[in-house]
Amino acid sequence: MDFSFSKEQDLLRKTVREFVEAEVAPMAAVWDEEDHCPVDVFKKMGELGFAGVFVPAEYGGAGLGYTERAIILEEIARHSAGLAMFLMTHHLGVAAILEFGGEDQKKKYLPDLASGRKIAGLSVTEPTGGSDLGNHQTTGELVDGWWVLNGRKCFASNSHLAQVTIVTARTGTDDKGRQSLTAFIVEGGNPGFAPGRKENKFGLRVSIMGDLVLNNCRVGPESILGGEGRGQRVALSIISEVGRAGMSAISLGLLRACLEDMVRFAKERKLYGKPISSLQAIQFSIAETKVDYEAARLLTYRALALKDAKQRCDVELAMAKYFSTEAVVKAAKRNMDNMGGYGVLNDYPAGRYLRDGLAGLPSAGTSNIMKIIVAASALA
Amino acid sequence: MNPMKIAVCIKPVPSPDHYHQVGIDPETKTLIRQGTPTVINPLDKNALEAALQIREKHGGVVAVVSMAPPFAEENLREALAMGADEAYLLSDRAFAGSDTLATSMVLAAAVKKLGPVDLVLTGNESADGGTAQVSAQLGEWLGYPHLMHACGLEVMEEGLIRVDTARENCRVVYRVKLPAVVSVVRTINRPRFTSLMGVIAAGKKPLTVWSCEDLPVDRCFLGLEGSPTKAGDIYQPDLSRRCELLDVPPEEIAGAILQKIRAAGLQL
Repeated sequence: MDFSFSKEQDLLRKTVREFVEAEVAPMAAVWDEEDHCPVDVFKKMGELGFAGVFVPAEYGGAGLGYTERAIILEEIARHSAGLAMFLMTHHLGVAAILEFGGEDQKKKYLPDLASGRKIAGLSVTEPTGGSDLGNHQTTGELVDGWWVLNGRKCFASNSHLAQVTIVTARTGTDDKGRQSLTAFIVEGGNPGFAPGRKENKFGLRVSIMGDLVLNNCRVGPESILGGEGRGQRVALSIISEVGRAGMSAISLGLLRACLEDMVRFAKERKLYGKPISSLQAIQFSIAETKVDYEAARLLTYRALALKDAKQRCDVELAMAKYFSTEAVVKAAKRNMDNMGGYGVLNDYPAGRYLRDGLAGLPSAGTSNIMKIIVAASALA
Repeated sequence: MNPMKIAVCIKPVPSPDHYHQVGIDPETKTLIRQGTPTVINPLDKNALEAALQIREKHGGVVAVVSMAPPFAEENLREALAMGADEAYLLSDRAFAGSDTLATSMVLAAAVKKLGPVDLVLTGNESADGGTAQVSAQLGEWLGYPHLMHACGLEVMEEGLIRVDTARENCRVVYRVKLPAVVSVVRTINRPRFTSLMGVIAAGKKPLTVWSCEDLPVDRCFLGLEGSPTKAGDIYQPDLSRRCELLDVPPEEIAGAILQKIRAAGLQL
């Protein structure tokens, strides 16, 4: 077994880190406080290849894989988990078109999305719930050769920014009487499609999240992604493999942020005439965070090695997502505990790490959903 | 205008994140950098950026050259990812401990071996040694005109460049016939970020390693033994601080402080 990254991946991490330290780190706290999504930075990331990291070069991407995508997200999340969430969500829309789109759809959409000229999104969740895919209220009806979509999507990341959004709608029932879902590519500017309420989140604030309203939204049959009635497959595949991988990678960035900040504070802060790093209570919390980071890293990158090898990885990613997102919350709490009164000041990012960690728990499926997936695998 | 061949000399220096790991060899008075992660000397990145901008405007080839241990291949790959076309690593145990004169001699030999080079660019100084001697010495070895502190660089016509150099209160502008050696300062440009496409392309670009045997250099003038520079002493200054309470009446505090300052060696 070889647990090391390739030289190319190491160089990629180094170059991404340079970009993040120069362009993201200095502004991360301001963006969080103002809940500002820096689209201009996204465009720069697009020019550098981040927006289409796993898209083949023939469609304008960098032609790398999901491991490299995770490296990028981890590095961005080290300083701004919200910005990483923005990019992560863009990747969901891109991956859906790449993995389920026809050749015409790939040629039409991927070059602009991979280069960051356009922003993508994927919207499945409805007010009735995200994981209850069998109870979709959004409908798609074929009228005079057009699909007419009606309904409301909620908790949609990139809701107010995306120019290309994948939405799911109920388009019929299958042989067993269950809802049959279809995924559609809906472009911004469609008169029947508009963002609704923008949510005011306490965590992952840089990433815009809100409602999407489909009101007699007409799209042509060429907008169907992955085939009529295959929307559930599209949604589940992308959320379980690309979404959970993204949340795991973002959690790695947050865990590293907690660890690095804990170490720095422990070395600088003096109590009883000595740095608090000499106190075992502090050492234990640093050790716990270090172990959490390393374990999350191994779970995440191992699952992504499977993904890049085109092997099944849904259970592995559920484990990685469950462990890493929960670990962030614990690590962020430890970080705040170690900082004492300083931990509650917004002058430090400690509170942001905790808020971002908590906001990451339900994204791409709650911890309980992850445990159901893992348990089902263990009990099979 | 014919495409230009530009050589950019780059040096791996300890990463600022790991300065605490850098020590000083008490015998040789040289920096102990082993095991310390390195980065491309920041000003050398400005030099590379300047070279890339010239190539983008006028065409040509940008070659990066570094005299360093084998680990510097990583730094050269980074330069290739940034956009350089070819890389040359000058690596040999015989080079270890070379001072600036020996280093510039080896670099000059490599530049000559590259064939006709129009322009040699370097950073003005390195972030570790900081002698700012190599570029001028390189110019002397090559027999090219050389300029330091370049904050502007423009190709005027075939074989002629304009170089703006930064002075304390002004700029001095030179017109320089090529070939020439120019060392640049930070304000000349902002080095570009490396793209993922650049990282991928770097793996396919040529990186050549030359040892002492590959270059026409005299071993007698190489390494620690062959270097005329002998550091007299290098030490880490004591930067510890202490607090002293002056237990004197308020009207005497100013005088007491002055007394302490003078006692510390500052003549006020």
